[in-house]
Amino acid sequence: MDAATQHNQADTSFSESRIATRGKSRVDLLLHLLFILVAACAIFPFYTVVISSFGTPAGHVLPTAFTLEGYKQIIQYGVGRAFTVSVLVTLVGTFMSLFLTTIAAYALSKKGMPGWKYLMGFIVFTMFFGGGLIPYYLTVKGAGLFNSYWVMILPSAINTFYIWIMLSFFRDYPVSLEESAKIDGAGDFTILLRIVIPTSMPVIASISLFYAVDRWNDWYTPMLFLQDTTKYPLQLMLKNMLANIGQILSMNAGISSVAQSKINIPQESLKMAAIMIASVPIMAVYPFLQKYFAKGVMIGSIKG
Amino acid sequence: MMKNSLWRRMMQYRMYYLLLVPVVVYYAVFSYIPMYGVTLSFKKYMFNKGVLGSPWVGFDNFHYIFRYSAFWNAFRNTVMISFGRLLVEFPMAIIVALLLNEIAGSKLKKLYQTVFTFPHFLSWVVLGGILVNILGNTGTVHALFELLGLPEVNFLSNPDTFRPFLYLTNIWKEAGWGAIIYMAAIAGISPELYEAAYMDGANRWKQMLHVTWPSISGVAAMMLILAISGILNGGFEQIFNLYSPGVYDVSDILDTFMYRLSFSGNVSLGFGIVTAVGLFKSVISLVLLVMANFIVKRMGQEGLM
Repeated sequence: MDAATQHNQADTSFSESRIATRGKSRVDLLLHLLFILVAACAIFPFYTVVISSFGTPAGHVLPTAFTLEGYKQIIQYGVGRAFTVSVLVTLVGTFMSLFLTTIAAYALSKKGMPGWKYLMGFIVFTMFFGGGLIPYYLTVKGAGLFNSYWVMILPSAINTFYIWIMLSFFRDYPVSLEESAKIDGAGDFTILLRIVIPTSMPVIASISLFYAVDRWNDWYTPMLFLQDTTKYPLQLMLKNMLANIGQILSMNAGISSVAQSKINIPQESLKMAAIMIASVPIMAVYPFLQKYFAKGVMIGSIKG
Repeated sequence: MMKNSLWRRMMQYRMYYLLLVPVVVYYAVFSYIPMYGVTLSFKKYMFNKGVLGSPWVGFDNFHYIFRYSAFWNAFRNTVMISFGRLLVEFPMAIIVALLLNEIAGSKLKKLYQTVFTFPHFLSWVVLGGILVNILGNTGTVHALFELLGLPEVNFLSNPDTFRPFLYLTNIWKEAGWGAIIYMAAIAGISPELYEAAYMDGANRWKQMLHVTWPSISGVAAMMLILAISGILNGGFEQIFNLYSPGVYDVSDILDTFMYRLSFSGNVSLGFGIVTAVGLFKSVISLVLLVMANFIVKRMGQEGLM
């Protein structure tokens, strides 16, 4: 009997035993009840956001209204601009981060390189020791990034932890693949572009998701370094909006043709509409990358 | 001769050195220059003189902060909240992974996993906005509590419940995400192991204890080291978006303290003093990391370094 059949047999008998022990007992019923209850609690707050953004007043569990007024008001306030900033920062930032992380991880996967130890130490040390808030603030300011769009991209361009994940993936990369390409006359750079990157898609997809989420959700860096409110990304604009919703309403009423009576929707609806706009786009990316990500990253990081 | 061969080897790797140039520049500018900036802890920062030109003051900044009661309040809160997280939040990811592993149907399992994972993708600005909305005086939770005849609790402003509230909401955001790494380790367990355990008469509980747990304990040890070295972090983004002056006593951590000290005008002190707080924090974190790594290795697990 060859190994494959043996493995198959083990699989079948395992699933039989699995059926015997799992799936039908009272424990399973309890488990499902527990999970459904917890999942419902976890989902509930998001459900209230959705109904509230369409006009249902706070405190109602069932939807009582459907209006797009909240979204209209929010767009009038200038969410469109902040949205564009967030999209551009996320796209450019993710691309740049991915580029730097990939070349760093690929080069560092060559352990035979003279000085490898020092280069590795130089990078890893930053994971465990940093200058802290003020030295960082002064450095970024000194680099001329104050009040610049680039402040949302450059200072956080590399996350060392992501290099580490990608590195463990490249380290297990079959050497034979690279070697055979070398024999065929491919240069180092061609190998990276034509062979290593295309066959590393799972880890690259996961890392790009991580970077995209970080960029999209960053409100702290712009809060520290942006003075000009027209440069604000969506998250920071949302943060301000949540604090000063009254001002926004009166401003909108003042500058626009919106009749006073029309603003008669709950303030919460505006806030929740803004929350929807700030969170739906990044969640929409997740399913596309999900298939890569289960097998890609985590397996790599464990071996690390 | 020796030098020559080293040179030859370096030439072989020249493309890789070239690739590392922008990376090294990045770290030099955004990590190592700020690291030099910690010298500000021993200086009195003067705006017009910069980091290099500001005068040295020895340990004055440290003397100042160690006599400042708000600093000790922040330090105590940071440690307490982090220990709370270690105790309450850290095991949750493992529990979620172990329980999900017990579920047979793969469709429902995936559904549960998705529900628990997606809050990770939202920022604390968004989640804070949602929590304030449902927990406020006109919020849905308030209405539900009233309906069920439960006593009124304002989770956002009550100092007694604020810390548990932080743990609970962080579990909501991160437990499912944290479980992924353990689930990946579980996926690598050979089915024969369960089979053998089953043959030996191990029930599900015993299988979980003697087959599943040993295969993820190494990952758990690694995560524990990281969590311990992060004890002085405490969770800035979450707390900053949820706290208010009424709960500073139980929730102001070193990071929020430093931020307010530096940027919110009225309590602004010298940058040198804030840098001293930062250095104090970094040094303790580094010591904790080394200690945790040592202890975990002593316990027979593979450490981080």
